[in-house]
Parts: sequence; C-alpha cells; structure tokens
Amino acid sequence: MRRIATGVATVGGIALADAAQAHAVAPGGAQQPTNWIALGMFAGFVLLTLGITRWAARKTKTASDFYTAGGGITGFQNGLAIAGDFMSAASFLGISAQIYADGYDGLIYSIGFLVGWPILLFLMAERLRNLGRFTFADVASFRFAQTPVRTFAAISTLMVVLFYLIAQMVGAGQLIRLLFGLPYGYAVVIVGVLMTFYVLFGGMTATTWVQIVKAGLLLGAATFIAVAVLAKFGFSPEAMFARAVEVKTQLALGKGATPEVAARAGSAIMAPGGFVKDPVSAISLGMALMFGTAGLPHILMRFFTVPDAKAARTSVLWATGWIGYFYLLTFIIGFGAIVLVATDPGYLDAAGALRGGGNMAAIHLAHAVGGDIFLGFISAVAFATILAVVAGLTLSGASAVSHDLYASVFARGRVDSAKELRVSRITVLVLAAIAIVLGILFESQNVAFMVSFAFALAASANFPVLLLSLLWRGCTTRGVVAGGATGLVLALGLTILSPAIWVTVLGHTAPIYPYGSPAIFSMPAAFFVIWLVSTLDRSGRAAVDRGGYLAQRVRSETGIGAAGASDH
Amino acid sequence: MTVTVQDDVLEQLAATPAYRHLTRTRNRFAAVLTTIILIAYFGFILLIAFDPTFLGRSIAGGATTLGVPVGLGIIILAIALTGLYVWRANRVFDADLAAVLRAVDA
Repeated sequence: MRRIATGVATVGGIALADAAQAHAVAPGGAQQPTNWIALGMFAGFVLLTLGITRWAARKTKTASDFYTAGGGITGFQNGLAIAGDFMSAASFLGISAQIYADGYDGLIYSIGFLVGWPILLFLMAERLRNLGRFTFADVASFRFAQTPVRTFAAISTLMVVLFYLIAQMVGAGQLIRLLFGLPYGYAVVIVGVLMTFYVLFGGMTATTWVQIVKAGLLLGAATFIAVAVLAKFGFSPEAMFARAVEVKTQLALGKGATPEVAARAGSAIMAPGGFVKDPVSAISLGMALMFGTAGLPHILMRFFTVPDAKAARTSVLWATGWIGYFYLLTFIIGFGAIVLVATDPGYLDAAGALRGGGNMAAIHLAHAVGGDIFLGFISAVAFATILAVVAGLTLSGASAVSHDLYASVFARGRVDSAKELRVSRITVLVLAAIAIVLGILFESQNVAFMVSFAFALAASANFPVLLLSLLWRGCTTRGVVAGGATGLVLALGLTILSPAIWVTVLGHTAPIYPYGSPAIFSMPAAFFVIWLVSTLDRSGRAAVDRGGYLAQRVRSETGIGAAGASDH
Repeated sequence: MTVTVQDDVLEQLAATPAYRHLTRTRNRFAAVLTTIILIAYFGFILLIAFDPTFLGRSIAGGATTLGVPVGLGIIILAIALTGLYVWRANRVFDADLAAVLRAVDA
C-alpha cells in the first residue's frame, strides 16, 4: 500500500517521494555541484518564456483573455498544452524511476493516467465547451442556484489545486537542488516568482504557450533518449528486456541472493508486482486515476481556451496521442536505465543506489546516451516542466476565487471585467505566496499523499457533480452540493485515516482505513448522495433545477448560445 | 454577447426528429466507446489484482511477457477509440448538427 501511494505520487504530479526520503536521511547531503551547462540552458528557456509572456501580456486585456486566452487556442495547440500538464517532471522522472526500480508496475500507472482521457472525451469535453466560459463551475452550476454550487466548486478547486501545487513546489525544490546544486529554499522561490510573472502578466495565453514549448522540448528529448536506447539493441525490445532481466538478476546475485531467488527477482520486472498485494487498493487507485483526470480543475479549464466543441474534441485526441506516446517512451527509458545506468558505477553510490536519489534514473540515462550537454538540456527541460505545470495550477485556483467566489457569489454577477481581472491577479499573488511558504514548510514531508489525494478528491467530488449535472435531469442544487461535499469530506477523512497519514505521519500503529486510496468508497458515496438528496428534494429550487434541464441539455448537445472565440 | 436563444425554443428543438436522431446516435456511440474502455481498463486492473501471474507469462519463451502487449494494447486502444470518436464526429455528427441548427434559423 505504501508502494501504491508512492507510485501515485511519483506519477501524478511531481512526486519525488524517494528524494524526500533521501533528504530526510541526510539533509543537504544530496546537493550536487552547480551544473553550469544546465543553468545556462535553463536561463535560455527562462528568457524565451519571458519573451512569450511579454507578447502574451499585450494580448491580455479582458477577463476572457486572462482566463481562457480569449478562446483563441487551436485544438492542436490545446492538445499539446494539455499533454504538457500531464507530462510533469514527475511523469518523466517518476515513472521512469519506478520502472527502473520495479519494472512493469510503472506501466500500470501510466495506463491509469491515460484512460481518463477517452472518458473525458466521450462524456464531457464537448458539453463542457458548449456550456462553460471560464471555469468548470460555470458548467456544474449552469441550471442550479449559483451561490451554493459555485461555493462548493471553488472550495473543491482550491483544495485540489493547493495540494497539487504544494506537491509540485516541494518536488521542484528537491529536483532543482539535485539537478542544479541550488539550495532548496532558493529553488522554491525561483519557481514561485517566475510562475507569478507568467500568470500575472501573460494569463492563459502565456501559460498555454509556455506549456506548449515545454511539451515540445520534453517530447523531443524523451524521443531522443528512447531511440538512443533502442539503437543499442538493434531496435529489438525483446533484446532490451532480456538484458534488463539479466542485469536485475546479476544485481540480486551480487547482493547475495541464491540463483533461484535472483532469477525470480530478475523476471519480476516483467510482471505486475506491487499492485498485487491488495485488490481493493488496486481498484481504488485505478478509479482515482481514471476519473480524477476528468475532475482536475486545471485540466477542465483548458477546454474553455478553444473556440468551439469541435476544437475541444480535437484537443483530446491530440492530448491522448501525445500522452500515450510519451508513456511509451517512458517505458523504454525506464528499461534503458536498468540496462545502461544500473550497470555503470559512475552513476551509483557505494551502496549501489542512484546518485542524487531514486528519481534520477532518466537524468543519468540522458547523460549515458547524450553526454554532459544533453544532461544539461534534460535538466533544464525538467525545471521548465515544473514551472509550466505550476503556472496552470495557479491560474486555475485564481479563476475559482475571482470568477466563482468573487464575481458570481460575492458580487452576484454585477461586476465588470476589469474589476474581476484585478481580483484574479491579486489572487495569483496570494496563491504564489502561499505556494512558496507551504513549499518551504513542507520541505521534508513525503509529498506522495498530496498528489494521490488531489486525484482522489477530483474523482470523488468534481467528477460526480459534473457528470450528473450534465446528464441527469433529476439532479438538484441540494443534491450536487450534498453529494459533492460528501465526496470531498470522505476522500479527505479516509486519506487521513489511511496508512500514509495515520501511521506514517501521525505515528499510530495501525491504520483505521487500510487501503491506499479512498476513491472506491468516496466516489460511489458522492454519486449515491447526489441521487438520494436530489430524489428527496421537494423544494421550490428543485423544481427550477429540473425544469432547466432540457434547455441545458440542448445547449450542451448543440452549442447554441455557447460563448464563442470572439465574443467572450 | 451571443444572441440569446429562449429556453422554450430549445425545448421545441429537442422534440424535432433531426435533434433526436443526432443525440440518440451520438450518445449511444459514446456510451458504447465508454463501456469498451471501462471494461478494458478495469479488466486489466482486476486481472492484476486477482491473477498477477497471468500477465507475467513469457511470450514465445523470451523475456517479453504477455503484460507488455496487453499494457501497450490498452494505450493504443485508448488512442484508437478517441480517434474513432473524433473521426465519426467530424464526418457524421457535425453534419447532423448543422442540419439541426439550420432548423433553428429557419
């Protein structure tokens, strides 16, 4: 179960749980000498993105420009930006590190993250675009009482975003310390300040283009590594797998295992391992990964940046294609690292562990196939990745505060675009400050649970609310608020009672909730409570809610009255 | 701002044959594809949870196990189903939708 939790963390956002542990053992000990090539390349990336931000700032005048780039992003561009949100440094470093350690299990997580996309397309993407303008709450509250539903959606958005953000900041600090040799605190502040520049001045236009540039760089770099690895085996995956099994067997033998045990350790990397121990955790995690994707606010927000439903569906196709391709590369990279990194004493410490921590497998592999300059390039791309993801998260949190809480709930819709924009920018500054402070406070925390928690929350609260408000006539204001709150509270409560918090953080001997992820209970509970409360709801508002369904349904199916590229 | 269409116009539209045809075929298609990906993914997870050795079997006696093509197969299936939906939506559903919208204008 610990293993599952760690896996989620490594995969989902940024994770670096191993680095956290390494740090906890030897504070500061993992810091590397300053890598000037990497720093130079990173400086180049920062200059480029600041240039993009300047260009974007001139185009960012209204709230619509700020939140959704004026709806002027194409399907292809948006697909790449979405893929960029998913290809975080953790996906790249975390999954390849997990494959390096456990082999096949890493692929299971990759698959979990990918399969949410078809679901999102078939059930939600076009409807989201047709009904919403700036935030997913626009859609969730479409026919309901605005104040309660938007308040719920904003709270849930902020919780998901904040946990994701802290995990990214902690991961960023650790990664940068390892890659560039900068102190942790500096690294967190640099990420926070740069991200603030992008979001504050360039809004969604800058955030999207920084994400696109980074996605292109990361895909290119990962392709290069994967091809270089395969080339060493005459482009035969079988030969690569065979050599990886041999390496793992030799390593086990070297540690004193008997030949049979060593052979089993070797072949274990080609089969499911850590997932097996507990079926409930496996299914629960599978649910959180798949449905969490369809409930992450910073992902849903991207569907409002394209001009129409057709572009929304094209975005998902491109995103799914790029993400799938990326996970394929990561699989090869993980096995490549077993073969090329685990056998080279230059990358290992005296105990045979990776220098710089468990997440450095792909980084060392980059050096093994591309030398110092490519290592610098990969390091810079990894940093860029964190910046881009953090910027998207912050923008999503800011829009929940300014658009949902301030403009819709507090000012009841009577607010002009300029004022809403000002509130949004102030929120960006506040969120950035919170992220920096929490990032520093949480330095030595295991970030594992934060990312898995963000996914479980999104699957348990946002996904049921969105799905039923879109597809079920009987759904009412009271139903979605009660059900969404149930999912939120249950996901939070079960996570606190789970091994990662109850035992590891709070020091109790046995967990009250023994499974790795809450989703298997919290998500169905949210659906059930929405159904139950809506069905029993006899209020006057419920009649309005149900009465508004047909018109909402027609709008969501046809795009009639949808906010267009030019008018919003 | 967009031209406001009254809700009663939309409700009338919902009763037209063109609208009913579009939504029925599109939603049925989406439901079928959703079911396929759910079965594929949770089948995979259940297989791992309850019979982990199955995917660890060697293919043709080599190092490559059954898990590799199955895992990659799900990735490819996810992309293929997404592509299939977009292809049909672009070719068929968009044209049907255009017909529905012409009825509103008229």
